[in-house]
Amino acid sequence: MNFYAIYAILLREAKIFLREKERILSILISPLLFLFVMGHGMAGAQSPVPGFTYQQFIFPGILVMVILFTSITYGLYIVWDKRLDFLKEVLAAPISRATLFLGKALGGMLGALIETLLLVVVGALFILPQNPLQILLCLLAAFPVSYMITNLGLTIGARMKSMEGFGLVMSFLTWPLFFFSGALFDLQTAAPYIRAVSLLDPISYSVDLMRIIMLGQGYFSLWTDLGALTLFCLATTALGVTAFGKLQQEK
Amino acid sequence: MAAIVTDNLVKRYSEVTAVNGVSLEIPEGEVFGLLGPNGAGKTTMISMLATLVRPTSGTALVAGHDITREPLEVRRNIGIVFQEPSVDDLLTARENLELHSMLYGVPRGEIASRIEQFLKLVNLSDRGDSLVKTYSGGMRRRLEIARGLIHSPKILFLDEPTLGLDPASRKAVWTHIRELKERHNTTIILTTHYMEEADSLADRIGIINQGRIIELDTPEALKRKVGQDLVFLKGEIDADALRALPFVKTVERENGHYKISIEDSGANLQALLNAGGRITGVEVRRVTLDDVFLKFAGQQIGVDAEEKAEGIFERIAANRTVRK
Repeated sequence: MNFYAIYAILLREAKIFLREKERILSILISPLLFLFVMGHGMAGAQSPVPGFTYQQFIFPGILVMVILFTSITYGLYIVWDKRLDFLKEVLAAPISRATLFLGKALGGMLGALIETLLLVVVGALFILPQNPLQILLCLLAAFPVSYMITNLGLTIGARMKSMEGFGLVMSFLTWPLFFFSGALFDLQTAAPYIRAVSLLDPISYSVDLMRIIMLGQGYFSLWTDLGALTLFCLATTALGVTAFGKLQQEK
Repeated sequence: MAAIVTDNLVKRYSEVTAVNGVSLEIPEGEVFGLLGPNGAGKTTMISMLATLVRPTSGTALVAGHDITREPLEVRRNIGIVFQEPSVDDLLTARENLELHSMLYGVPRGEIASRIEQFLKLVNLSDRGDSLVKTYSGGMRRRLEIARGLIHSPKILFLDEPTLGLDPASRKAVWTHIRELKERHNTTIILTTHYMEEADSLADRIGIINQGRIIELDTPEALKRKVGQDLVFLKGEIDADALRALPFVKTVERENGHYKISIEDSGANLQALLNAGGRITGVEVRRVTLDDVFLKFAGQQIGVDAEEKAEGIFERIAANRTVRK
């Protein structure tokens, strides 16, 4: 494993992310709509958790949504790299595919963390007051989600031929991952079949972890969340490294 | 030690055989020109040697390392300038070179000074901090060349390195390629469409067509195979009488005139004209690599009666494999 090369790739990703300010903002639009329009629109709705409004209840879920969207989009962007032939330069470098993959995955996490921080601060100011420790824990909890989702995005992106597949991935993967996670409702009172699907959804555990941090209570135990997330992270790493290993120059 | 040894290298894609059994040996410090028509397999050949594409069968040693079993060792020793632009649009030229230096293990203390040195080499010093997306095609090309050279590789692959460059930049690149060979004994594999480029740079030239090396020799020797001089005659020409002359190598009819390749036009032109019949127009010029290329890779199977029999069979065989 070549850490200096990982750092080099990470540096490139950071520069590019920070240069595209429109992208940073555009990713935040839909979560803010959910949070403020839906949150306020459903002001009369019964919150599943006593002591919190519905808007406050969905805040942890919306936070995970931002991470989910940033990470998957970032991962799929590798298709652009392929199209622009930039990837060829990195593929030809004397670094292993695992190094390249980890550099890319960490780059994706960096973007997700920046988005998380922005949204947590907005939320802490207007929706649910958070102390600095909670904000820090939120950022830490963002790591495993963004890591595994970036992996998933990179894995799919490595196999995709063009950006046309982007819409398909969003419809068939990203939105289902989000809706089945219980980000907008409580798993406890959900229909049994939804609960069954949710158990397979890595995002469920991320949302739950965020709820434990921000609301003080969740559906699963803390250890279940952490254990499940660790498993998903390992599994997606294996998937991603394999997909990158097969990555050859397009002809 | 040979820089590159390939043994019966084959790459088959689902419908085409891009490289069909190439065995080559390129000694250290040689500039090797790989010429061939579009789709002949040049880029696939280079991609395999650079470990970007896995061969279907056969092996190759690059800088003493096996391309399939030790790809990282191979990559440490090579530099590539790709045919398609592959510099990062969203970074500046300096950042592109920095990223590359970091990935290719240039010693940290030397990165900054090398970046300046190579930006200067390709005349980009004053634009080094602009984003690459603001660059013209020629500037990108130059940046790519700087990038391919910055980690001082032992073996350099240049896939159409001067495509799209203006004549001045092209000459600058040539000068640098010669310097690399002379000062650092760098082995250079060059593909190009410009015969003039191959002629002036390459020590040896391999002509590749339909995935096979069909000719391999020094530029001079290749030219000698075609003849030293070409004479174009117009009028009522007695082609058979010309073919009977001892210094005449080939006689071909093309678009209304005869193209005759002969040895030493200075001594033999008079005799040629005397035997030629009623001549209404004459033009004489030296054989260039263009003529060599057209003769060997010009897809004119069967037209040239004096083609070596073995060559024809090889080509027909290659043809069949491609169609399959």
